[in-house]
Amino acid sequence: MEEALLLSRLQFAAATMFHFLFVPVTLGLSLLVAIYETKYVRTGDETWLRMTKFWGKIFLILFAVGVVTGITLEFQFGTNWSRYSAYVGDIFGSLLAIEATAAFFLESTFIGVWVFGWKKLSKKAHMMVMWLVFLGSNLSAIWIILANGFMQNPVGYVMRNGRAELADFGAVLTNSFAWQQFFHTIAGAYMLSAMFVMGISAYHLLRKQHIDFFTRSFKMALPLGLIAALFLAGQGHIHGNEVAHKQPAKLAAMESHWETSKPAAMHLLVIPDEENERNLVEAIRIPSLLSLLAFNDPSAEVKGLLDYPKEDRPPVAITFYSFRIMVGLGGLFILLMGAAWLYRNRLTEKPWLLRSLIWAIPLPFIAIQAGWVVAEVGRQPWIVYGMMRTADAHSPAVVPGQIWFSMIVMCALYAVLGLAGFGLTAHYARKGPENHKS
Amino acid sequence: MLPEIWFFLWGLLWAVYFMLDGFDLGAGTLMPFLAKNDEEKRYVINAAGPFWDGNEVWLIAAGGVTFAAFPQVYATMFSGLYTALMLLLFGLIIRAVSFEFRSKLTGKGWRKLWDTCQFVGSVVPAVLLGVAFANIFQGLPIDSQGIVRGGILDLINPYGLAGGILFLVLFLVHGAIWLAIRTSGPLHERAAHTAVYLWPVQVFAILGFLAMSAATTDLFANYLQTPALFLVLLVPVLGLIAARVYMGTEQWWKAWACSAAVIVGCAFFGIIGLFPRLLPSTINPAYSLTTANASSSDLTLSIMLGVTLVFIPIVIFYQAWTYKNFAHRMDEDDLAYEEAY
Repeated sequence: MEEALLLSRLQFAAATMFHFLFVPVTLGLSLLVAIYETKYVRTGDETWLRMTKFWGKIFLILFAVGVVTGITLEFQFGTNWSRYSAYVGDIFGSLLAIEATAAFFLESTFIGVWVFGWKKLSKKAHMMVMWLVFLGSNLSAIWIILANGFMQNPVGYVMRNGRAELADFGAVLTNSFAWQQFFHTIAGAYMLSAMFVMGISAYHLLRKQHIDFFTRSFKMALPLGLIAALFLAGQGHIHGNEVAHKQPAKLAAMESHWETSKPAAMHLLVIPDEENERNLVEAIRIPSLLSLLAFNDPSAEVKGLLDYPKEDRPPVAITFYSFRIMVGLGGLFILLMGAAWLYRNRLTEKPWLLRSLIWAIPLPFIAIQAGWVVAEVGRQPWIVYGMMRTADAHSPAVVPGQIWFSMIVMCALYAVLGLAGFGLTAHYARKGPENHKS
Repeated sequence: MLPEIWFFLWGLLWAVYFMLDGFDLGAGTLMPFLAKNDEEKRYVINAAGPFWDGNEVWLIAAGGVTFAAFPQVYATMFSGLYTALMLLLFGLIIRAVSFEFRSKLTGKGWRKLWDTCQFVGSVVPAVLLGVAFANIFQGLPIDSQGIVRGGILDLINPYGLAGGILFLVLFLVHGAIWLAIRTSGPLHERAAHTAVYLWPVQVFAILGFLAMSAATTDLFANYLQTPALFLVLLVPVLGLIAARVYMGTEQWWKAWACSAAVIVGCAFFGIIGLFPRLLPSTINPAYSLTTANASSSDLTLSIMLGVTLVFIPIVIFYQAWTYKNFAHRMDEDDLAYEEAY
């Protein structure tokens, strides 16, 4: 592969994945903090206020890193992917611009108000500000994913003047593929945030400190996490159907399904052998299962990878394993949430559960990263599915030396940010709430 | 018609970004020189604290609008200014987290690290924005494919550097006035003096930049063709004079508004000179990216116009509200709660 193209892809992957370590937790944590603060305003109970401040502080640290690393992403379309930008900017660019004006302004303006407004605003107004931050950040997610949805399933455009021009804005806004992605992403983010709060709470409950404080934190997060975990499984299936219809090559790669078959069976144990266009191991065969999962029809035909020209196939192994990591972890989360729900009133008597929840803190981060790898790597070799190849999209003006330089600086910088961001989070999480403040 | 409207909205968004982020970038650059101890540094940081994040979104909006309304400009501009833009972004990143991280731990080395980031992350974007826009004013080596032929070293030329100095000085004055508004005591005195002392430097930088523009660019062509446009230049000129008068009478808010007018006026001096080109080509005028050959479809432009007309007034409304509520002169109370860094 051409060096500049490869480097641009790596740089974009690194920048997005790093960004998306921080964003999901803030999407859900803003909701939980807003709920904690609402509880405080309603009851006047100081513990809710301490919870608001404790989780709010962690939220702010992670939010800062998430926001700043998002800025580089917007500009990377121009810097590294100029041909892409010129080709679909008419549609894609407008979605990003709307995101900035209709959502990003909201969260960024009011986050400052929230931090500095404890004494300036009434309790109610201050609480409303947190809801606005929540609204802004979650609206942002909608616009960004609508933009990504266009890359996955281009709709509402017409080819004119050598580029994709907007023909039907309504179609872009109601892109079903994008909305499936949005629901999946947002539910994943809420689940991650819930597990994050539950994991940190478990740490203190296990040590039998601040019991009331962390029991309440835990119990507020639990229903959110449980509902999100169950929703993810059901909605994930519907999302999978959408993929089967709109991006059949991605589906085949997710399952390492080589030969077109009708009905298609599924093997519970598969080891793909991409080089030789087959599977090294295929065991525990369940007839018709793949047809059923993909199309809700046990006799449906599922197209195999061999029916696609080699240059149109996504990387199989990466897509396949990432998908399994995501789904496997998703199943584990349902079990963990179920157990937590079962023992929610006897948490301190179940040290094994608390310990598992602490160990589980990193897992949803991994699941979400894996999910995006399925979505983005599985979309290859297209940058806009079926319309423009990634290889035709990068900037002709930019030479590898420039990308090397910016990538090395970026990675070094992000490493420091990651250490500082997660380090501070761990520091404050371990320290626990402060006692005196009101 | 739509592309022309968007040309001026494009210019306006960048100008508003310079005007708003200008003061906090200026304040961050001045911090090591004006703040004598840790507490004074916190005053400087908190002076921008409630606003810098919202200000920076104007950059995102300006970038987004460039992308939406003029995709080819977005593609050419940011890939052509690749390294400069990356350095700008890295600067903004380290500055942004320095606000959040600085006071989260008490160690001396930790604070020093983030204070350095605050300074570097303020001065680098200020200078680079000036260098980049001066080079756009003067034209970039854009070929027939819309590709900039040249690297970051080509941006370093006398006019580009003059732009960098101009922006830095504009932002420093703007930031000094802002600090004078929000602080009291010795810090206020130092900020006020700095604004006053920098004022002649600012006059000199503006005049120098105008002279160089006349000598090395064709920015004045539009003005000569339509002399009435010279009236627009009265905005920065009068703003400059009025700013000095208000500094003398210690009416800092008015001085700040005048300084803002100077920044917007300077930006519009270039924007008007560019019209209808967004990126002039130095290789061949026919390769320039203009409202005619670089804009989005009419449908996209009109949808974006609708979105802008609805949302930007709302944004201005709530941002103005935050300024009204949080731009008072700070006292000890404002440093009392630890959430504020």
